[in-house]
Amino acid sequence: MSFVWTLAEQDGTSLKGVSFELLARGRTLADKLETKLASVVIGGKLSEEQLQELIHRGADEVYYIKNDALDDFVVETYSRILVKLIEQYDPHTILAAATTTGRTLMPHVSIGADTGLTADCTDLDIDPETGQLLQTRPAIGGNIMATIKTPYKRPQMATVRPKSSRPLEADTTREGKIIEVPFEESFVDGRVEVLGYRHNEDEDVDIQEAEMVISGGRGLKKGDNFEIIRKLATRFDAAIGASRDAVDRGWISYPHQVGLSGKTISPKLYFACGISGSIQQLAGIKTAETIVAVNNDPEANIHKIADFSIVGDLFEVLPRLIEKLDENGKKATGGKS
Amino acid sequence: MNIVIPIKQVPDSNKVKMDPESGTMMREGVEAVVNPLDLYSIQLGVDLKEKYGASITVISMGPPKAAKAIREAISMGCDDGILLSDKKFGGSDTWATSYTIAETIKSLPAYDLVIFGERATDGDTGQVGPCTAAWLDVPLASYVASVDAVTDDSIEVERMVEGGYQKLRLPKPAVLTVVKEIAAPMLPTLSGKKRARRTEIPTYTAESLPFEDANLGLKGSPTRVVKIRTPKVSREGRVVHATDGEGTEGALDELIAYLKEKELV
Ligand SMILES: Cc1cc2nc3c(=O)[nH]c(=O)nc-3n(C[C@H](O)[C@H](O)[C@H](O)COP(=O)(O)OP(=O)(O)OC[C@H]3O[C@@H](n4cnc5c(N)ncnc54)[C@H](O)[C@@H]3O)c2cc1C
Ligand SMILES: Nc1ncnc2c1ncn2[C@@H]1O[C@H](COP(=O)(O)O)[C@@H](O)[C@H]1O
Repeated sequence: MSFVWTLAEQDGTSLKGVSFELLARGRTLADKLETKLASVVIGGKLSEEQLQELIHRGADEVYYIKNDALDDFVVETYSRILVKLIEQYDPHTILAAATTTGRTLMPHVSIGADTGLTADCTDLDIDPETGQLLQTRPAIGGNIMATIKTPYKRPQMATVRPKSSRPLEADTTREGKIIEVPFEESFVDGRVEVLGYRHNEDEDVDIQEAEMVISGGRGLKKGDNFEIIRKLATRFDAAIGASRDAVDRGWISYPHQVGLSGKTISPKLYFACGISGSIQQLAGIKTAETIVAVNNDPEANIHKIADFSIVGDLFEVLPRLIEKLDENGKKATGGKS
Repeated sequence: MNIVIPIKQVPDSNKVKMDPESGTMMREGVEAVVNPLDLYSIQLGVDLKEKYGASITVISMGPPKAAKAIREAISMGCDDGILLSDKKFGGSDTWATSYTIAETIKSLPAYDLVIFGERATDGDTGQVGPCTAAWLDVPLASYVASVDAVTDDSIEVERMVEGGYQKLRLPKPAVLTVVKEIAAPMLPTLSGKKRARRTEIPTYTAESLPFEDANLGLKGSPTRVVKIRTPKVSREGRVVHATDGEGTEGALDELIAYLKEKELV
């Protein structure tokens, strides 16, 4: 039986967390199919130990292909490599992350490998009758859930929403094979030149990878007041989100925007402050585990969709919340914080 | 420079109503509009046209009424359009849609840039752009947030990725998919609207080009939707009031207890 594959992601010197989330998904599928799980790693300067972690967290085999020319993500080159590996090993299923990389690479590969692809899945299963992959994803702003199959073509491919599953605990007794795939010059497409990389100045912007996101909207009244959100975010160790209105007013940069024309996120906690809860904002947070909100308008839509919401003035509620959390923390540590 | 902009017509998210009982969406009779994320690709095309000079062709695949979306793009400053409309195109997934769009682009006399929206707000896949680049075998930059330089034979862009921006130089022709940061869409002008009304929009059917029949529509689509369900919104919906000092203390105690119970603090 052909294998289930996951595509690991690296940032140059380490594996990204989402690589392990994919393995948790892949492990379940491989066990149901009674086949093996392999993880493919393209590029990066990764050590033996780092690759072993893929095995400890669920992989049976790791295919690693490395070369300086592969360190930066260039879709044409990565696509060529993956298509070649698919031709060589004929996997049953490939899971990649629904990140900017996965959502660029996999559609490209779906043409090269002549097969289907389902975007941004939040649930994956095996059809017990046919052994086919059942790929479930939110569509139309999270208002419907569609289950999709790739009945005739192989591999069956899906990108998986980051944070929609938890990695398995590392089991250091697990054993597996690390296979180095020889690099060939012909893999490098060479048409596109990578000129550089500019890091975001603010660190709390990676809202898709964050466990918690504290978000501010027009209710903050002015950009400077994002300081309150920042304080709360520091307290929760959270990333900072924003509504479109806050972004369009120039209070915070676009990478922070949550919603239909921004990012779709699935954190454990989404904390909306001074956000009304428009359809377009909700489109981005449908798969958040828990939604908490503060809004002073009792009629605001956000109160209808939050798990826990406070009708109140954020300028009073939030500073007091920080104080109380600090007091609580002190009590818990016997005052020795 | 010749620019091609594929756009999709989608239901208007502003007009969609929520069923107050189930918290789900009611789509009946919702008006169709240009995919809001395609307004950014259209505007980028128009901005490049103003700066460097260009002719812009809009392509839309959909029912006959999608001609309206093309006219809207023309009223914003695009030059002409092609409507891809045929029952045989119906039921296309991203593989078949991108095949049909790519074949249409190949049939044009020349193109330098193809600009896609990041994703369509109904299907939400964002796959058609990268797939089309693969069919055309033309370099791709996805999630483009700025275009920094355009020369006769190349284009420099910044892609918005996790944690920052990747800067690329691509030879032309190239395919871009763009995010909101790329441009500020402008309303159609009166003269634009007049021009849009006058412009003839040809309809291409499955017979208009040498399409491979087996690649079209549902038949050409490797994926199948097997089930659709409307998720019930199952949020707990606890609302507490913090309208005075005492209320605030009580509300926050409840909130902190709730967060602790969920292991969020
Ligand atoms: C095509 C399209 C795409 C869109 N994409 C997005 C998107 O990606 N993301 C997005 O967010 N929006 C998006 N929108 C915009 C959306 O329709 C709303 O306009 C927007 O979400 C409103 O932002 P807001 O909640 O911050 O502002 P408002 O709707 O103005 O809400 C502000 C809230 O703050 C509350 N408030 C005010 N003062 C206080 C106070 N002192 N304490 C507590 N609460 C207070 C008010 O009661 C109000 O409910 C899109 C719209 C369209 C048409
Ligand atoms: N039917 C279509 N006709 C023309 N362009 C389309 C069509 N569907 C998708 N596109 C283009 O592809 C982009 C991504 O769409 P999608 O992959 O459906 O999310 C859109 O922003 C459009 O630029």
